[in-house]
Amino acid sequence: MIEAKNVNFYYGNFQALKDISMVMDDHTVTAFIGPSGCGKSTFLRLFNRMNELIANTRLTGECLVNGENIYQKSIDVTELRKKIGMVFQKPNPFPQSIFENVAYGLRVDGVKDKHFIKQRVEESLVSAALWNEVKDKLKKSAFELSGGQQQRLCIARALAISPSIILMDEPASALDPISTSKIEDLIHVLKKDYTIVIVTHNMQQAARVSDKTGFFMLGTLIEYNDTRKMFLNPEKEETQNYITGRFG
Amino acid sequence: MKRILERIVELLLTISGAITTIVILLIVVFLFREGLGLFQSSNVEKGYCLCVNTENTVLQLTPFQIKQIFDEEIDNWEKLGGPDEEIVVFRFSDSFLDSYSEEELGKNLEFLPEKLGEVIRGTPGIIAYLPVQYQPINQRGVRILQDGKIKLSDFLGGSEWIPTATPSPQFGVLPLILGTLWVSLFAILIALPLGLGVAIYLSELAGEQMRKILKPAIELLAGIPSVVYGFFGLVIIVPLIQKGFHLPVGETAFAGSIILAIMALPTIITVAEDAMQTTPQAMREASLALGANHWQTIYKVIIPYSISGISAAVVLGIGRAIGETMAVLMVTGNAAVIPHSLFEPVRTIPATIAAELGEAPSGGPHYQALFMLGCILFLITLVVSISAEIISKNKSQAKGI
Repeated sequence: MIEAKNVNFYYGNFQALKDISMVMDDHTVTAFIGPSGCGKSTFLRLFNRMNELIANTRLTGECLVNGENIYQKSIDVTELRKKIGMVFQKPNPFPQSIFENVAYGLRVDGVKDKHFIKQRVEESLVSAALWNEVKDKLKKSAFELSGGQQQRLCIARALAISPSIILMDEPASALDPISTSKIEDLIHVLKKDYTIVIVTHNMQQAARVSDKTGFFMLGTLIEYNDTRKMFLNPEKEETQNYITGRFG
Repeated sequence: MKRILERIVELLLTISGAITTIVILLIVVFLFREGLGLFQSSNVEKGYCLCVNTENTVLQLTPFQIKQIFDEEIDNWEKLGGPDEEIVVFRFSDSFLDSYSEEELGKNLEFLPEKLGEVIRGTPGIIAYLPVQYQPINQRGVRILQDGKIKLSDFLGGSEWIPTATPSPQFGVLPLILGTLWVSLFAILIALPLGLGVAIYLSELAGEQMRKILKPAIELLAGIPSVVYGFFGLVIIVPLIQKGFHLPVGETAFAGSIILAIMALPTIITVAEDAMQTTPQAMREASLALGANHWQTIYKVIIPYSISGISAAVVLGIGRAIGETMAVLMVTGNAAVIPHSLFEPVRTIPATIAAELGEAPSGGPHYQALFMLGCILFLITLVVSISAEIISKNKSQAKGI
């Protein structure tokens, strides 16, 4: 379970998130939608503490994962990130072979057992629906894959370290429709084993893949509801306007 | 109007590109043309010849053999494949004239060759070093040694660099090549880890403020004239080495290496740091998001990603080290001997060229040998940059870019 309590976030003097509180359940897909710059990616990146890489940022409020505040001093951020995988907007494989890309998380975790790594790489690639396409060229550079394949490779890479939560920051926005639908199918399957939070620009995508949807605007969480209800009968007028395209 | 202007600019750019290329090519051609002339020069100093007794079966001598004979390091013809006869060295000098009367020699010394011939005929083991105008031509018992050319093997394999030796100048380039490589190698061994360390620090660890101060400061270091570095080395480093290692002289290969390392550092740091900065933020984030810590991200992602830039830094650093002249000239002691340890004086190729070109007669073998040294320097740097090119190409193929 992921929870945010009265979260405010600042880039320098600019307040990017305003008093956000919400709960995301296990084994569900939660989608964040909203216009560009509304803070949805910033919010997502709070949960694996990625925003810390940016200088001059400040957070108030609490972010809890399974009841534990992930910003308290005793938390080891690398351990946290091993439990919370992330897939980025643009496919960003490492300049290494396909195999090494997937094995990366295990290797930095200090796993030496070659047999285990091999097995885990295969499982992850199977889970990411990429195994059949790459099983004969694991030694090849990851850059030889197409954009869609690279993104599934990045998903496999995130799965390899067995996280419980996967954060996806517009994972299909740089992909063609066929690759997009493959990623969406994958999200459906992964839901069984993982808690997924996905940021998307594409409202149809949110409607297709998610169980719950949060609508962000100008740093505030306007509405957070079951996806079905959100798209059929939203409670707030802003949501209605955004979904029907009258705004945004 | 605008189109014409564009055409003119295009033309100008093309011309400047072409001119630059041609000039560079011409320099290389000139270098090799001058340098290769060395292998047309004779073994023996111009205007002189070597004569032996006809009983002697040795037909030709290498420059090094000639030197050994005249230094009396070889004292028997047997060692050179001739008869078992002690070598008698004869250098023509004015005192030779004193033992004859003016009548015997003739007014214009026209009988001198004959007298020289007599001496040679009478001494089976003789080797006589004579001016060409007095050589005893067509005399019984006298053979003028065949005039050998300087060979590539003498040049590359020779272990003595004494361009002013008589009768046969020694152009053995081995001590100079080894001196250059020795000094450069250790300079790079010092500068590389240090430079990459600073580059990593600047790129990944230093705060914004620190970067803003350090980077321009380091870039400034690259602009300091090398003679200033040399001066610094001479005043500070040389005495330190002399005292620290209890050496008779502080001007050693080690001093040169340290100075070169200091000089190569700014180049290595700035180029490598720039390369690391080009690693996309997405790549760092991907690594950190997988639970890698900062160090793992640096050596598993950032360094592999920027490897072509880093190898460029290495090549530029090595290039600077190999080609550097002034500072090395000032601190290495300039002894053209094959170095056996870091703590001996050495002499590098560029230092030799700089020090000797002024006193080498234009067009002579010494002059040509110095050009040949330039060619060797050129080839060394060529090999270094080609290998770096190959390395970075392999790496970037793995990278897919």
